[in-house]
Amino acid sequence: MENSVSDSASRLSPLDDVHVAAGAAFTDFAGWKMPVRYGSDLAEHETVRSAAGLFDLSHMAEFLIGGTHAAAFLDYALAGQASAITRGRAKYSLLLAEDGGILDDLVVYRLDEQRFLVVANAANHDVVAAALAERRAEFDVTVDDETDTCALIAVQGPGSLEVLDRVGSLALSDVRPADIPYYGIAEGQYGDVPVLVARTGYTGEDGFELYLDNAAAPVLWGDLVAAGAVACGLAARDTLRLEAGMPLYGHELSRDTLPAQAGIARVVALGKPGDFVGRSAVDAGPPAGARVLVGLTADGKRAGRAGYPVLRDGEVIGEVTSGALSPTLGIPIAMAYVDPDASAIGTELALDVRGTAIPARVVALPFYSRKALS
Amino acid sequence: MTETQYTKDHEWVAVDGDVATVGITAYAADKLGDVVYVDLPEAGTTVASGRVVGEIESTKSVGELFAPVDGEVVERNDAVIADPSMVNADPTGAAWLIKVRFTELPELLSAAEYEELTRG
Repeated sequence: MENSVSDSASRLSPLDDVHVAAGAAFTDFAGWKMPVRYGSDLAEHETVRSAAGLFDLSHMAEFLIGGTHAAAFLDYALAGQASAITRGRAKYSLLLAEDGGILDDLVVYRLDEQRFLVVANAANHDVVAAALAERRAEFDVTVDDETDTCALIAVQGPGSLEVLDRVGSLALSDVRPADIPYYGIAEGQYGDVPVLVARTGYTGEDGFELYLDNAAAPVLWGDLVAAGAVACGLAARDTLRLEAGMPLYGHELSRDTLPAQAGIARVVALGKPGDFVGRSAVDAGPPAGARVLVGLTADGKRAGRAGYPVLRDGEVIGEVTSGALSPTLGIPIAMAYVDPDASAIGTELALDVRGTAIPARVVALPFYSRKALS
Repeated sequence: MTETQYTKDHEWVAVDGDVATVGITAYAADKLGDVVYVDLPEAGTTVASGRVVGEIESTKSVGELFAPVDGEVVERNDAVIADPSMVNADPTGAAWLIKVRFTELPELLSAAEYEELTRG
């Protein structure tokens, strides 16, 4: 049964009134009261795969990094090479601990030569804020935490572009939304409110993420609904990202996970000049025998869920980190950490679903991939 | 048929003679979200009050079906197993789950008491 919204969920999205009026069911996510679904989460999932869904992600953490050393600072503080990102582009990155453990996964947008937007997970806001504060000592930079005033609305799905084009009061400075490349970002105005429009997301579909001041968020949300986007909750977001093979911090990624184990070693720019936090540990690599992340599909309709054991010949050789009956594919899918010798594509394994061993096999990620963007 | 009664496990129980028809409440179905898998005990299965006898899975979570009475399953709703979305569409009607023949009916919650529970 879902966790109900407890008193600890003290933080409210700027869109809370809108969600309440829409009859949303809520969940506590990292201390925020957020919509888990508005009606049917399966219908919301399908909407994003076939049309356009709307997500309130205002709980996410935003940090603006500025100054002459901004790129150099991020090169040192994060695993990716921020200095290699061209203006108006974004890159998926990681915040590592000295020992290579993952403190957070985040997206870095380059707004101009000396200005970056770093978007982190809500649950890791404090960890990221502390790490940025600590790591900036040697650099001439400003780090502004915009989380409390910045709303984030995502429009996701093949119909996203049409939805944005229908919002008349949304105007970008140099381009139209269609001109923003995948993993690109443009600055613009929504009425007289500054807005950042990024072509990023967490659903495996084309889509946009819009950053703007809290006060303007409810009106923009209403405009996007009027333009045809359908409100979707975090339940659909989770099944969408799972089908797309995207890791979720706290499930596939953790303080005790090295990037190579999670299959995201490519995110770490070992070739970049200079030192960065976690470099030596990443260079050394995970210990021999360390479990690695794989995708699994299983027989039947019963899903393996986070924490369920993965078996080979009756012996536990791994653990599920996320799992669901895939709404799009109709089969159980899961991500799991397994022993390296059980990680090859095609390896026959089993999921221990509450005492029953369900046949499963290792498959390539992602489970679902949209047609390439034209 | 007597008045529908409830359990603290969010199930409803409708008694007709010595047979109890059991399902989950609309509150429970709503909390689960879209139900995608239902597992129910076969007719002839002996069940004990308070024990898990079935599962109701949604995309996000797993709900357990508890036997509200001691007895024997006389019928299960195969239509719900074939189409789990019935649980969301009509949890207290067409999506009844099992019928159990019992010897003694334990104390259950009235509609008013159950409503009080879900309001807390």
